Amino acid sequence: MTLRAQALWGACAIAALSTAAAAETTITIATVNNGDMVRMQGLSDEFTKAHPDIKLEWVTLEENILRQRVTTDIATKGGQYDVMTIGTYEVPIWAKQNWLAPLTDVPADYDVDDLLPSIRSALSVDGTLYAAPFYGESAMVMYRKDLADKAGVTIPDQPKWDDIMAAAKAMTDKGNEIYGICLRGKPGWGENMAFITAMANSYGARWFDMDWKAQFDSPEWKAALDDYLSMMNEYGPPGASSNGFNENLSLFQTGKCGMWIDATVAGSFVTDPDNSTVADSVAFAQFPTKGDLENHGNWLWAWSLAIPATTDAPDAAKTFVTWATSKAYTELVAEKDGWRAAPPGTRTSLYENPDYQAAAPFAEMTLKSMNAATPDHPSVQETPYTGGQFVAIPEFQGIGTAVGQQFSAALAGQVTADQALSSAQSLTDREMKRAGYPK
Amino acid sequence: MATQHSRAAARFMISPAVILLLGWMLIPLIMTLWFSFQRYNLLMPGQGGFVGWENYYFFFTDPAFVSAIVNTLMLVLGVLIITVVGGILLAILLDQPMWGQGIVRILVIAPFFVMPTVSALVWKNMFFNPVNGLFAHLFKAIGLQPFDFLAQAPLASIICIVAWGWLPFATLILLTAMQSLDSEQLEAAEMDGASALAKFFYIVLPHLSRAITVVILIQTIFLLSVFAEILVTTSGGPGDASTNLTYLIYKQSLLQYDVGLGSAGGVIAIILANIVAIFLMRMIGKNLDI
Amino acid sequence: MARAVTNQRKSINTLIAWAIGFLIFFPILWTILTSFKTEAEAIASPPSFLFFHWNLDAYHEVQERSNYFLHFWNSVVISLGSTLVGLAIAIPAAWSMAFVPAKRTKDVLMWMLSTKMLPPVGVLIPIYLIFRDTGLLDTRIGLVIVMTLINLPIIIWMLFTYFREIPGEILEAARMDGATLRDEIIHVLTPMAVPGIASTLLLNVILSWNEAFWTLNLTAAKAAPLTAFIASYSSPEGLFYAKLSAASTMAIAPILILGWFSQKQLVRGLTFGAVK
Repeated sequence: MTLRAQALWGACAIAALSTAAAAETTITIATVNNGDMVRMQGLSDEFTKAHPDIKLEWVTLEENILRQRVTTDIATKGGQYDVMTIGTYEVPIWAKQNWLAPLTDVPADYDVDDLLPSIRSALSVDGTLYAAPFYGESAMVMYRKDLADKAGVTIPDQPKWDDIMAAAKAMTDKGNEIYGICLRGKPGWGENMAFITAMANSYGARWFDMDWKAQFDSPEWKAALDDYLSMMNEYGPPGASSNGFNENLSLFQTGKCGMWIDATVAGSFVTDPDNSTVADSVAFAQFPTKGDLENHGNWLWAWSLAIPATTDAPDAAKTFVTWATSKAYTELVAEKDGWRAAPPGTRTSLYENPDYQAAAPFAEMTLKSMNAATPDHPSVQETPYTGGQFVAIPEFQGIGTAVGQQFSAALAGQVTADQALSSAQSLTDREMKRAGYPK
Repeated sequence: MATQHSRAAARFMISPAVILLLGWMLIPLIMTLWFSFQRYNLLMPGQGGFVGWENYYFFFTDPAFVSAIVNTLMLVLGVLIITVVGGILLAILLDQPMWGQGIVRILVIAPFFVMPTVSALVWKNMFFNPVNGLFAHLFKAIGLQPFDFLAQAPLASIICIVAWGWLPFATLILLTAMQSLDSEQLEAAEMDGASALAKFFYIVLPHLSRAITVVILIQTIFLLSVFAEILVTTSGGPGDASTNLTYLIYKQSLLQYDVGLGSAGGVIAIILANIVAIFLMRMIGKNLDI
Repeated sequence: MARAVTNQRKSINTLIAWAIGFLIFFPILWTILTSFKTEAEAIASPPSFLFFHWNLDAYHEVQERSNYFLHFWNSVVISLGSTLVGLAIAIPAAWSMAFVPAKRTKDVLMWMLSTKMLPPVGVLIPIYLIFRDTGLLDTRIGLVIVMTLINLPIIIWMLFTYFREIPGEILEAARMDGATLRDEIIHVLTPMAVPGIASTLLLNVILSWNEAFWTLNLTAAKAAPLTAFIASYSSPEGLFYAKLSAASTMAIAPILILGWFSQKQLVRGLTFGAVK
């Protein structure tokens, strides 16, 4: 080989290397098919315009399927995803297993201190942030002011469960397909159990005593479940046992519910005139409390973007995550779809923004609800666990879903409340024994 | 007749298929067996170790276990009965002289091409939904309370969805069999004054028996592992009312991430599947001279 | 007179058959109709059958959100690829079983079928781990392998039943003329078996196209076929019937059209040797 040829080869090699360096990085993003995430996917063209070297691939799935897929992937270190959409339940558990890459060295303009303190701490382990909150939520009452006025009931800003039950009764008009109250009934730890656990918390119930013994045989659980079932059977829509967040949202948007107690994030959907027929008449109240107890159920959740430790493109992934959860992204959404659509519940600055306050009638109640949540003390009774609408232990997904099946069966009328509670009690104890508690 | 040479060649030609299938069966089976004696939860790494029969104990004592077995059988039998009986009736109907038989056949065959996830989603939302579904509208139109199919009759609803997808398959096989029926035989029976019922039981049904056997065999293979329809519509509920064995194992290994327990369930399911397989083969052996 | 009776009976048959055919097809028709409605019309009560504002909004939205053609292409590659590989393995196997039957042939065939009865969930984690270690997760090749193995028993059995119908004398004659085994398979057997092979191919393409467990669990973005595409339209927030219908129509249309055009071959193929 002549020297010239060698030089030529060398040049080629260098050229090849440099193209490789300039070649784009592809990151695969796994996300839920919720409205806000679908919007993010739509707006991601702006991101790729600013970062032409990063290519995005989307895996958008229904919540339960997504959760199963990303958990399987991260636990077996499959490495299929570079960004995962997960919640406040998963983040601390996964971070402790060293499955997530910590979110350190974020760009200065990201302003970590602007994140709502409760959300930030829920996504941190030992003070290190492991996921960036995309939107956050607590739970609140959404109701039809027009129907309440017509029925002659008022719902106070801080209602008691008795107020809710009375209002549900007054607003129900089954002949015209108006159901006083819509609540989740679809089985799943993130579906009906999120609501029922929060409701039970407000009744003073707890999942476990300090010896990790299940407490479904307690009078508090019985009272909570009885009230839940009687409300739904008497004033709820048909088919409630298969209604989750999305189904109830459709019902409420089409004017079939008097009240709906669910995640605060729904505020922007029910007030959206394009999709909601009741946008003008929605009002909000805090999550109900029971009797003299001052417990709002402690629902706190944030869909967050996390980077698995197995990623082969940590920098590109971090660039995307900090873009999608930045103030600039919020402004981008506001510019395209109006302030009402801005992802709620993650940043203090959003709630101080007068434009947002003006456009989002639910803003004040959302912030109030989120601030009222104390996930460190879910119940007025002492608990060995933290969490609000969930119990922050890895076993909870399985147990919560199994218990949710029982309560859903009770709602469908296939078993009685007592049968459901006693099955819940025995299956929870069984699973806890299998998992080796008390630890 | 066959020479030594062609025997060797035959063995050589069949071996890739046998080796591949053996590998496909044995490697996961051995891993599943291994896991079934381990404590292995995906969410709790570092807690492994041999646990003996503990996983099996927990699987058998699972409150959903017995109902899962019952549901699996009900699902298979229910769909088989609907599709075989419906298939025979449809086949007889379609075998009659009529106008536009080709188009009717196109209409009837269509559900077979619909993927299970799509059919489950469509049935669940657009037909069974008690508020916005078509059945709810229909019930309201005739002045009845909407019926919540998936909550009140979950297993029956799933059987309907699955049967809808498999009815075309049964109908087509049976129709082809019908068309090969010797019409002279039927005419002769008519001459002898045999009733329509007698003709059906003494001539048509025996003629269809081989085709029915095939329908049962093929469908059973697929029906034992019905999964998508359950996942999409009821997630096995309410309670355990529509949990079949496949879904129970799914719940344990992929919702609780308890691979050990799920593997024990997998081993049980494999054993049960083999029992069904042996039973089926006896039946086939009699009816289908291979 | 006799003719009038026949015509009358024929009319009744036609009426009943068309009514039942329409009923069976109705869910698909309803899905297609709904896909052309707006979201509000899709849940309107009472529902309108034909007199609504026909539009393509739902299709536009679906196309904007998902890369339909990628998923479509993945479905094509996976279902066709696995069927072709399966045929390549199955043709020799079925040949040897049909023409050189041994004592155990029937047992082997039944054993092969029984591998299809294993519940896939029971072995998902082992397969997932193997795929992870071999780098096959989210690749088309990986799915082609799995789908080949899943459908191999059915392919072998179908081919076996066709090959058995071919008279052995023809092969003997070819052998007399000095044809090698390879010639025998390629030049004598295959042409005679083409209709059977075509039917087998069709049925297996349909089965693989619609398979929703492995395709959903072993893919992420790159190799995800239409089954994964549809999963992102399952119960999202807000009204979704029109979008769900549009996505469903897009997912089933290709195979529905293929199936309709080839239904003669398919029907012949479906008999599994049950009809003589």
